[in-house]
Amino acid sequence: MKLELRGISKAFGSFYANKGIDLVVEDRQIHCLLGENGAGKSTLMNVLYGLYQPTEGEILVDDKPVEFSGPGDAMAAGIGMVHQHFMLIPVFTVAENVALGAEATKGAGVLDLEVTRRRIREISDRYGFHVDPDALVEDLPVGVQQRVEIIKALVREAKVLILDEPTAVLTPQETDELLEIMRQLKANGTSIVFISHKLREVKAVSDVITVIRRGEVVGSVEPSTDTTELANLMVGRAVQLSLQKAAAVPGEATFQVRDLSVIDESGTTTLDSVSFDIHQGEILAVAGVQGNGQTELTEAILGTQMVTGGSVKLQGKELTGRSVKSVLRSGVGFVPEDRSVHGLIPEFSIEENMILDLYDRPPFAKGLSMKLGEVKRNAAKQIQDFDVRTDNPLNPASSLSGGNQQKVVMARELSRPLKLFIASQPTRGVDVGSIEFLHRRIVAERDAGTPVMIVSTELDEVMELADRIAVLYKGKINGIVPAGTPREVLGLMMAGVSAEEAMEQHHTEGEDQ
Amino acid sequence: MSENKRVAAPKAQNDLFRKITQGPGLVSVLGVIVALVIGGLLIAVTDRRVIETAGYFFARPGDFLSAVWKAGTQSYVALFNGSIYNSAQGFSPFLETLTVSTPLICAGLGVALAFRAGLFNIGAQGQIIIGATMAGYVGFAWNLPIVLHLLLVIVFGLIGGALWGGLVGLLKARTGAHEVILTIMFNYVALYLLDFLMNTEMFRRPGSTNPISPVLGSSAVFPSLPGSRLHLGFVMAIALTIFVAWLLKRSTLGFELRAVGHNPAAAQTAGVNVARATILAMAIAGALAGAAGVAQVAGTEKVLTAGIAGSLGFDAITVALLGRSTPWGTFFAGLLFGAFRAGAVNMQISTGTPIDIVLVVQSLIVLFIAAPPLVKAIFGLNKKKRKTRSATTMAGA
Repeated sequence: MKLELRGISKAFGSFYANKGIDLVVEDRQIHCLLGENGAGKSTLMNVLYGLYQPTEGEILVDDKPVEFSGPGDAMAAGIGMVHQHFMLIPVFTVAENVALGAEATKGAGVLDLEVTRRRIREISDRYGFHVDPDALVEDLPVGVQQRVEIIKALVREAKVLILDEPTAVLTPQETDELLEIMRQLKANGTSIVFISHKLREVKAVSDVITVIRRGEVVGSVEPSTDTTELANLMVGRAVQLSLQKAAAVPGEATFQVRDLSVIDESGTTTLDSVSFDIHQGEILAVAGVQGNGQTELTEAILGTQMVTGGSVKLQGKELTGRSVKSVLRSGVGFVPEDRSVHGLIPEFSIEENMILDLYDRPPFAKGLSMKLGEVKRNAAKQIQDFDVRTDNPLNPASSLSGGNQQKVVMARELSRPLKLFIASQPTRGVDVGSIEFLHRRIVAERDAGTPVMIVSTELDEVMELADRIAVLYKGKINGIVPAGTPREVLGLMMAGVSAEEAMEQHHTEGEDQ
Repeated sequence: MSENKRVAAPKAQNDLFRKITQGPGLVSVLGVIVALVIGGLLIAVTDRRVIETAGYFFARPGDFLSAVWKAGTQSYVALFNGSIYNSAQGFSPFLETLTVSTPLICAGLGVALAFRAGLFNIGAQGQIIIGATMAGYVGFAWNLPIVLHLLLVIVFGLIGGALWGGLVGLLKARTGAHEVILTIMFNYVALYLLDFLMNTEMFRRPGSTNPISPVLGSSAVFPSLPGSRLHLGFVMAIALTIFVAWLLKRSTLGFELRAVGHNPAAAQTAGVNVARATILAMAIAGALAGAAGVAQVAGTEKVLTAGIAGSLGFDAITVALLGRSTPWGTFFAGLLFGAFRAGAVNMQISTGTPIDIVLVVQSLIVLFIAAPPLVKAIFGLNKKKRKTRSATTMAGA
């Protein structure tokens, strides 16, 4: 099936999220939509899926114009979508989820799941999905849940499959499996629109790459295009992809975590006897697939998560059992993983967010009274230093783009003398241009002699920043390895293979080739 | 320690709460206008003359329309005469408006402050009662020198309210109980506690069988303006408004309260002790409501009765909502409601329109504030935006 978007524009008020976009997805093609966060990729796909009505332009299926007033129409026309956040009901089985919305019934409206089960097995066998129709969705790993979403689309006879940032939640191995599945789907006659901002994957699997910037198509290129060129096209200026940081000059190990454990409310051990040191002037990156204890680790250090055992020492002083304020005051800079939930108050002004955890300290307060002049001066300085793009520091933080919001959080946390800097997902949802800037700031903090801990699920980021890499798997440290450890080894470690075994596997594979 | 308990992320429900309690002021103004128009129409359809003229509407529609206009406007003119100015009494009705507004403003500030900290304080009623009870007792039972006596009356009133509010904050912070349920129950406890006390020797006026206390000593009451009921309590209301404005805008505590109100998870991550902020917010809110009790017992009434709080605590919620939970917004909303109450008596006397119509108008105002899209639809505001919003809602789905 051939799908064509002709001159699609989507305006919200006076703001154009998409402007005159032309896009042709040929039959049996993997067409990648590459663009930064906020470039308008998701808006375009929502137009295509019938969630938004385009302000201008038309959609053609097999050269015939169509109009979608909702996802139902799009599905009927053979378009399926796998959202970034899965639309599955956890307590339903795979078959029930797949059947939902298009239930086959026997007489008198009795649900006939057998038909759905058969279809699931068919598809699962054809593509090697290994999905059990009777498994509960909540028991399945994320990668398998994603396959359930794909099955859902295929059962509904989708000829064009839209995958919105499908690799964001996957381990490197799962990512490779997904790319393989995409190739098979293509071979079996399904066209795919693949939305991503990860250059490596895009280059690996695409037939055509269309780059979108600020709502407009800035070019269609071959997958063989050079990575740097792709990045430049995406950002709109020359970017340096590799940080080229100097080697670390580690000093004393002033930050020590010993046997730190956390048991959550349901009794599950989410952090299991974690121990590591960070030296002054060193970046330790904590790698791992989301949900393997990263959140608990950082929150346990900060004090918002109760620890059930172990110790955290900064320059010899115990941090566990202290209040959050006291931990922050002892010189910890903390960038939480989800800025809009833990890092910012979206309704507060940029000025106020710049002092969110400094509001009661001099020079911003004297006694109970706040020094609003200082608050203003500070914001003006940080906005300039971190190049936060805003026309008024009194605007709410929610008016900023994701990248600029992250700059506000980073600026605030780096604006005071630190003895430890912790940043979780420091560049999640941040555009390539800002990533480079934020990475440089983190390295600068390291070079000033601060122990730095970076928690990231992006392997690229881990490899870029780390002086040493600790891999978290199911709440345990599955080995600490030096920077420069091959991506494949890290990937295996993130899936639970021990460091030695992973190295060995890597070597044998190398010899096989 | 409860501080180590992870605070839940804000939910969509909180967004709605904020939209209703802290939305744009324009909605308030328009809500009042719409409510007044509907109130006018209600007055008109129950007017005798309007009903008569409706009988021959098709013969002489002019009669009917002028009767409608007359019924509505006459009532409102009477309301105005009774609350602001009339030729016979000059501006003295306005002084009555200020008197009636005083407790509304104080208690409204308490509700507004709690709103800003993300707490739905339904308990102003109980806090007023306890504040008035403690202030009243100090006022009639103790004999103290002038100035000092009044000061102690005020202090005990504030402490009473602060205890009643702070206790709710403490229970919420320590046990996770919801403040709406807690404050409602605390209202009942306060109400019946006062009922009980008014029938004890300690509180009942000697020789009386009615639940009424001795009159407060002259050293214990607010001095009032000669020839009116207006007393110095109104100055206290202004001072409290300024205080709350300072607290919210310029103090570190206010910063904490607002931070917790908007996003407790981020506030906690930033080192704010959420439990402490909750307790303090409720205690200060209670103290403000307690000040309303002081204004009642040591200003307007000068005795303690079982009905000292009237429906003040509930009107205070309306006042805070209408004032969008800002200190000065609450102040002016309190004045408006004070005017309604003061003028309603005159309206009933001179036009026969029942006082209850004012309650209808007040309720309509709350209705329109709680449903901002309704007002916006009536006035055709943000027609363009509406499409966008439905689009984003869908995207979120």
